[in-house]
Amino acid sequence: MRRTLSILLSNPLSVIGLILVGTVVFSAVFADLIAPFPSHRGAVVDFTNFNQPPHWPNIFGTDLVGRDVFSRILYAYRISLLLGVVVLAIAVPIGVTVGLAAGYLGGWAEFILMRLTDVFLSIPPLVLAMSVMGVLEPTLTNGMLAVTTMWWPWYARLVYNVTRSEAQEGYVLAAEIIGASRLHIMFREILPNCVPSIVTKMTLDLGFVILIASSLSFLGLGVQAPTPDLGSMVAEGGNYLPDSWWLTVFPSLAILIAVFGFNLLGDALRQVLGSDQ
Amino acid sequence: MNDAVADLRPVVEARNVSKIFLTGTHEVKALDSVSLTAVRGECLAIVGESGSGKTTFANMLLGIYPPSTGEFFLDGELLPARRTLPLRRSIQFVQQNPLSSLNPRRMVGASLRLALNVHEIGDRPGRKARIGALLEEVGLPADFAHRYPSALSGGQRQRVAIARALACEPEVLVLDEPTSALDVLVQARVLKLLDELRQRRNLTYVFITHDLGVVRNIADRVAVFERGRLVEQAPTETIFEQPANAYTRSLIGAIPVITDDEEALRRKVMEETSAG
Repeated sequence: MRRTLSILLSNPLSVIGLILVGTVVFSAVFADLIAPFPSHRGAVVDFTNFNQPPHWPNIFGTDLVGRDVFSRILYAYRISLLLGVVVLAIAVPIGVTVGLAAGYLGGWAEFILMRLTDVFLSIPPLVLAMSVMGVLEPTLTNGMLAVTTMWWPWYARLVYNVTRSEAQEGYVLAAEIIGASRLHIMFREILPNCVPSIVTKMTLDLGFVILIASSLSFLGLGVQAPTPDLGSMVAEGGNYLPDSWWLTVFPSLAILIAVFGFNLLGDALRQVLGSDQ
Repeated sequence: MNDAVADLRPVVEARNVSKIFLTGTHEVKALDSVSLTAVRGECLAIVGESGSGKTTFANMLLGIYPPSTGEFFLDGELLPARRTLPLRRSIQFVQQNPLSSLNPRRMVGASLRLALNVHEIGDRPGRKARIGALLEEVGLPADFAHRYPSALSGGQRQRVAIARALACEPEVLVLDEPTSALDVLVQARVLKLLDELRQRRNLTYVFITHDLGVVRNIADRVAVFERGRLVEQAPTETIFEQPANAYTRSLIGAIPVITDDEEALRRKVMEETSAG
């Protein structure tokens, strides 16, 4: 753990990644303390101060009903991260179990599980999520459900591939000769060897889940008003470009920072954990 | 090496064992009607080049896959294709490559504990002491239980793999080239350990190797495989002094020869090593 951290800190790109991710997480967790106008996360109207370019105390300007854009971005981070964490907390265990079972058991289990995975992978993710959202009410919970549906197959595929190669290792044979159960071999012997790949992908994916959730709400299928969301903020602001540029530019930058940060950190983790033996 | 082979009942018996592999359209006969026995406390070496079927024989004895025809017996009882836990426990395995045979992400103690847990050997608190005792039995300190395999040398890892096999308290140990991945000095020490363990625990070894130097050191009897067939079996001395089969002679002829001068030098070096 300490070794991992010291390698991370020796690479400038991963330091940038750590700083960006740290900033995003910090903003989300402490939004109540940082936001100058905490009440602006909801349905507040202030017609004395609407559609203003950045000025003090509204450093990112105000939106069409006079709410502070900076405060809303902080609360939008909170929802994006929550969504990312919940989606991964559901999708990863499902995908990992499917991948382990298919990769280790082989035969019919492999055939059925991996063809099912292929079906999900063959549908463009946004289309799948849009169809789920089209059938269901566009709420945060359904948004998570939609993104989860399209996310677990990637973990199934990843873990399947790692499991296939790990199953050839002598330690799996040794456990079989001892007489260990299949569950033990899958979850106690092979899974620990998949963890570096899974952690790396999870870090990268936090960024992508935020991006895809923003795309959904950009299309009007995600979080609904008045709850702040980066995607819907960009979509709304887009109507008032280029005059009210701050409505679009700052939420877009917020998305960029989150996705960029998680990507840098994920790449760095891939290098560190990949060589960690 | 071991003269006191007292009990002459066969522990392991292979009766007309054959294995045919299907590769695409044609069949490959990996093993052709081999019959072989090993008695209790004996070290039976199986030698042959790669492709001679010796590993296939070991895999079938371990139950990794069943023979196409023929049967294996343990203590006179037929070994089924699907092995029960007690049968798994009786026949254990030490693999060639200690790098891959230990899980890199599990501590040595956890690898040993698996065998104790699966076969419910000892009570839970007693298992910790047992793990320490097993490590000490193979010449490692008991606190190696808290190490990961990456912190161990090749020889130490192979000792752990041997301890793991012993944890099951087997009757038969199948050793698949257990020393070929180790350097020469370590090889000699591991062979010595294996010989001691066999005598102490009255184990039966089925020792797969292509290294006739190793065979000379440890085996009581040698079975020579050539392209899936058992071409000769005899006590170790007989094999080396009067090999009956042409193939066996060619294998023995392939052993690197040490001249008298080199031999004298070797003795001197050995004394220095054991003194130091």
